[in-house]
Amino acid sequence: MTMDAVYIILTATLFSISCGLLGAFLLLRRMAMVGDAIAHAVLPGIVIAFLISGSRESVWMIPGAASLGVLTTFLIEFFHRRAGLQTDAAIGVTFTALFAVGIILISVFAGQIDLDQDCVLYGEIAYVPLDVWMTASGEVIGPKALFIALGLLVLNVLFVVLGYRQLLVSTFDPAFAAASGISVVLWNYLLMGAVSFTTVAAFNSVGAILVVALLVVPPATAYLLTHSLKRMLGLTVLFAFLSSACGYVLAVALDGSIAGAIVTCAGGLFVLVWVTQLLLRRKPAKELHPLT
Amino acid sequence: MDNLRAFFSFSDPNVVSVVLGTLLLTASSAVVGTFTFLRKKALLGDAIAHAVLPGVGAAFLWSGVKDPLMMIAGAFVSGWLAVWAMDQIVAHSKIKEDTAIALVLSVFFGVGILLLTYIQHSGNAAQTGLESFLFGKAAALVGRDLWVFGAVALVLLVAVGLFFKEFQLIAFDEAYARTLGLPVGRLNLLLTSLTVLAVVTGIQAVGVVLMSAMLITPAAAARYWTDRVQQMILLAAGFGALSGLAGAYVSYVAPAMPTGPWIVVVISVVAILSFFFAPGRGIVYRYWQQESLRHDILEENMLKAFYQMGEQEEDFFASRPAEELLAWRKFPPASLKDALRRLVRKGDMVRKNDAWQLSPAGLERGRSIVKKHRLWELYLSRYLQLAPDHVHDDAETIEHILTPELEAELLRMMDYPDLDPHDAVIPYGEKDKKE
Amino acid sequence: MKFTAENPVVEFHDLTVAYHRKPALWNVDLTLPAGALIGIIGPNGAGKSTLIKAAMGLLPLSSGYVRLFGAELDAVRRRVSYVPQRESVDWDFPASVMDVVLMGRYAGLGLLKRPSAQDREIALNSLEKVGMAGFRNRQIAQLSGGQQQRVFLARALAQEADLYFMDEPFAGVDAATEAAILEILQELTSSGKTVIVVHHDLQSAASFFHWVVLLNMRLVASGPVDEVFTAALLQETYGGRLTVLAEVGELVRKRQISGREKY
Repeated sequence: MTMDAVYIILTATLFSISCGLLGAFLLLRRMAMVGDAIAHAVLPGIVIAFLISGSRESVWMIPGAASLGVLTTFLIEFFHRRAGLQTDAAIGVTFTALFAVGIILISVFAGQIDLDQDCVLYGEIAYVPLDVWMTASGEVIGPKALFIALGLLVLNVLFVVLGYRQLLVSTFDPAFAAASGISVVLWNYLLMGAVSFTTVAAFNSVGAILVVALLVVPPATAYLLTHSLKRMLGLTVLFAFLSSACGYVLAVALDGSIAGAIVTCAGGLFVLVWVTQLLLRRKPAKELHPLT
Repeated sequence: MDNLRAFFSFSDPNVVSVVLGTLLLTASSAVVGTFTFLRKKALLGDAIAHAVLPGVGAAFLWSGVKDPLMMIAGAFVSGWLAVWAMDQIVAHSKIKEDTAIALVLSVFFGVGILLLTYIQHSGNAAQTGLESFLFGKAAALVGRDLWVFGAVALVLLVAVGLFFKEFQLIAFDEAYARTLGLPVGRLNLLLTSLTVLAVVTGIQAVGVVLMSAMLITPAAAARYWTDRVQQMILLAAGFGALSGLAGAYVSYVAPAMPTGPWIVVVISVVAILSFFFAPGRGIVYRYWQQESLRHDILEENMLKAFYQMGEQEEDFFASRPAEELLAWRKFPPASLKDALRRLVRKGDMVRKNDAWQLSPAGLERGRSIVKKHRLWELYLSRYLQLAPDHVHDDAETIEHILTPELEAELLRMMDYPDLDPHDAVIPYGEKDKKE
Repeated sequence: MKFTAENPVVEFHDLTVAYHRKPALWNVDLTLPAGALIGIIGPNGAGKSTLIKAAMGLLPLSSGYVRLFGAELDAVRRRVSYVPQRESVDWDFPASVMDVVLMGRYAGLGLLKRPSAQDREIALNSLEKVGMAGFRNRQIAQLSGGQQQRVFLARALAQEADLYFMDEPFAGVDAATEAAILEILQELTSSGKTVIVVHHDLQSAASFFHWVVLLNMRLVASGPVDEVFTAALLQETYGGRLTVLAEVGELVRKRQISGREKY
C-alpha cells in the first residue's frame, strides 16, 4: 500500500468519525433528515466564502459557511411555526432552494472559483495527498486535508465529551431535561452548528451529498448492534474506518469515485450486519409500519 | 431582450418541443407530489429521487447507449427497490423511519455516483448526456426522448385523474378508507409507483439531486392558496409548469447551464412568496390580521372607557379631552390620536375642538363591549367559581372576541342576569330582549 | 369548592395555559399543602398534564404565575423533580438503567464534572428503593412497562428533591408495581416531601391521596380527599365539558390571541 493510499484512507476515516459522532445524536433525535438538509444547504455559503476568500485554503471560511447550516435549522423552524408548514415539507423546501442557489452560483462563477458540480457531489479526496503542508525549509509534513480532518475530529470529540450529559438527556428525554434546567433549544442549535461546521469542513473531501451518508450510515449500523450509547459511538468509529478502507480499495479496483465507493461500502456493512442479525435472531417481527 | 422575444415567439421548433416537454414533466410531478405532500411523505419523495441514480447508471451499463426506455426501466427498478428497502428496514429493525429514509437515500446515491464515475472513467463515448441526469438539462429533451418522457407524463396525469377520489381519501384518512373496503395497500402501491414514475420523468428537466423539490415545493406553495384538493392540484401543476418554463428558457439562452437549479429557484420563490403573502394562511396576511385585531381592540377599549366614564357621571355624551381618557386608563399615547381619528371616521365619535364625544352608534358599541365584559365576568364567577377579583383580566380579552351566538348562549344559560360579580349593572340594549 | 392550604408548597395564581394558542386550562387558582400525596384528577383533555407542565415551566403561561416554595421555579429548581409520562420517550434508546437514573444527578453537575462515586451511590440507592438494583446494567429496551416506570421513579428519587410532579405514574403498570410505587410515594410524603400525581383512575384515587385537585379545563375543586371526593363534585368534573368555555377557547385560537392585552 502506498503512502498516498494511507493518507486518503486516514483522511476519510477521520472525517467519517467526526460525522458519525454527531450523526449518532441526529439519529437518536430522529433528525437524520435535518442532517441531510444541512449538508445540502451549506453549499451557497461555501461558494460565497470561496468567492470572498478567493480559494478554499482559508480556514476562516468554515465558520462563515457553517452559519448557513444554522440558518437552515432556523428557517425550517420558521416555516414550520410561523407559516404553519408541515415539518417534512419545511425541510424539503428549504434545503432544495438553498442547494439550487449554490449550484447556480457555481455555474455563474465557474471561471472565478475552483469548484465544480462534481466536487459538490463527491469531493476530491483523491487529490488529498497532492496538497501538502510544508515547513519553511521545504520539508513535507503531510496533506493539508489530513490536518483539517484531525483538527475537526479533535473539536468534535471535545464537543461530544464536554456536552455528553446535556446531549444525552436532551436527546433521550427533552421534557425532563428542560425541567431540570438544561436548555434544550441551546443544545439543539449547538448540535446543528457542529453538524454544519463538520459538513463544511468535510465538504472538500467527500462532497456535500455524501456527507449525509457518513452522518447516518455508520451510526445506524452501530445502533443495530448495541444498547449502550458509548458503545454505539465506539462502533461508529469502527464502521467509519472499515467503510473508508474498504471504499478506497473498491474505488481503486473500479476506477470510480472514492467517496461513492466509501458510501457503497458503508451501505454494504449495514446490510451485512442487519441481514446477519435477522438470520441469527429470527425473532418475531415487531409491529409493522409500512412506508408506502 | 432579443433572446426573450425569440424564445417566446416559439418560432424555433426546438424551443416548442423543449417547452412542451418541460411543462409536461414539471406539471405532472407537481400533481403526483401533491399527494405525497398531503400524506406527509415529502421526504420519501426526496429519497426516491436520489435512489433512481444507480438504476440510470445500471441501465446504461447494460445497454451501452443512452436509451430513454432503458433508463426509465432502470430508474423504476432502483426507485422501487429503495422504497422496498425502507419498508423492510423500518419493519424489521429498530431503526426509525427518518433514519431509514436518510440511509437508503444516501447509500443508493453513493452507489449511483460510483457507477457513474466508473462509466465515465471507462471512457465510453456515448456516456455524454448521462451527467444531465444529475442536475437536469431541458435542452436535451428532443426527438425520441421527448416522446417517451411526454407519454409517461401523460400516463401519470391520466392515472391521477382516474384514481383521484381514492387518493384523496387515503391521503386524508387511511384508516377510514380501509373501513370503506378500499384496497388501501394496492392504492398505496400505485401511488408510490406513480411517484417513482414522476421522479423518473422529471429528472430529465430537473435532475436527480433536486427532483424532490418538484414533488414537494409546488404542492407546499399551492396549499397556501386553497383548502380544496382539486384546486390544490391545479395550482401545483400551474406553479410547476411556470418553473418548467423558466427552466426551458434558461436552457435556451445558456445551453451550458444546468436547468434543474433554475427551475427549483423559481418554484422556491413562488413557494416563499406564498408562505408570506397568501391570503388566509400567509405570514404577512396573518400579521396584518393581528394588527387589525389590535386596532379593533384599542378602539373598543376607548369606546368602553367613554361608556364607563359616562356611566359614572350619568352623562354618556359629555365631550372629553385626550388627557381625561389617559387618566382613566393607560392607553398607549402614541397610537391614541390615530385610534380616535379612526373612530371619528367610522362615525363612533364626534370631535369637538380638542375633545371627543360618543356618537349614538359609538355609545351602542361601547355599551355592547361593557355588556360582554360583565357577562363574561359573571360566567367565570358562576361556572368556574372564580373570586370576583380574578375575573376582570380574562374578560378584558374575551369581550373583544365573543360572537353574537356565544353571547346569546351566555344570556340564555344565566337567564338574562342584571348584575355582574362586582354588582355593576349589565347594560342591555334594545335588541337584547328575552324571547 | 376550594380549600386553601396552610403554608402552601405550590401556588397557582390565576393560571391560564394555552396549547397551540388554545387555552387548555382557565384561571386556575389554588394552593397545595406540604407533605401531602396529592392527586390531580379529571377526564381526558381536562388539562391535568398541562397543569404540571406549566408548573415546571415547560409550557408558556397566558396569564398568572406559579410559585414553588414561595419562589420562582428557577430559584428552587434543584428542590423540584419532574417525571414525564412513560410513553414520552423512546425506550429503544441505547442506555442502561443506571444511565437513566444517573440523569437525575446531572442537574447538579457543571459542564466539565463527571458523576462522582457519591452520585453513583445515590443512584444505586434509588434503584434499590424501587426494587430495581439488580437491573442496573440492564438495557432499558428490555424492561417491561412497570419496570420502565420504576426506573423513571428511581431517577426522580436520585434528584433528592422536596417536591415531585409525576405525570401518570400508575398508567399501564402491573398491580405489584402499583403497590410498590404507592408505598414509595407514601414514604416520601411521610418524610415531609410533597408529591403531586396526575391520575386518571377514580376507583383508586380515594384511597391513594390525601388531597385531590379536580380539574376539567378549569378548577372544579381542590381540598382534602374526604371533603372534595363527593358525588356532586365528581359529577361536575366528569359530567360533560363547559361548551361555552371550549368554544371561546377555539375563538381565542382562531384569532391568535397570545397572552393578555396590555392596554
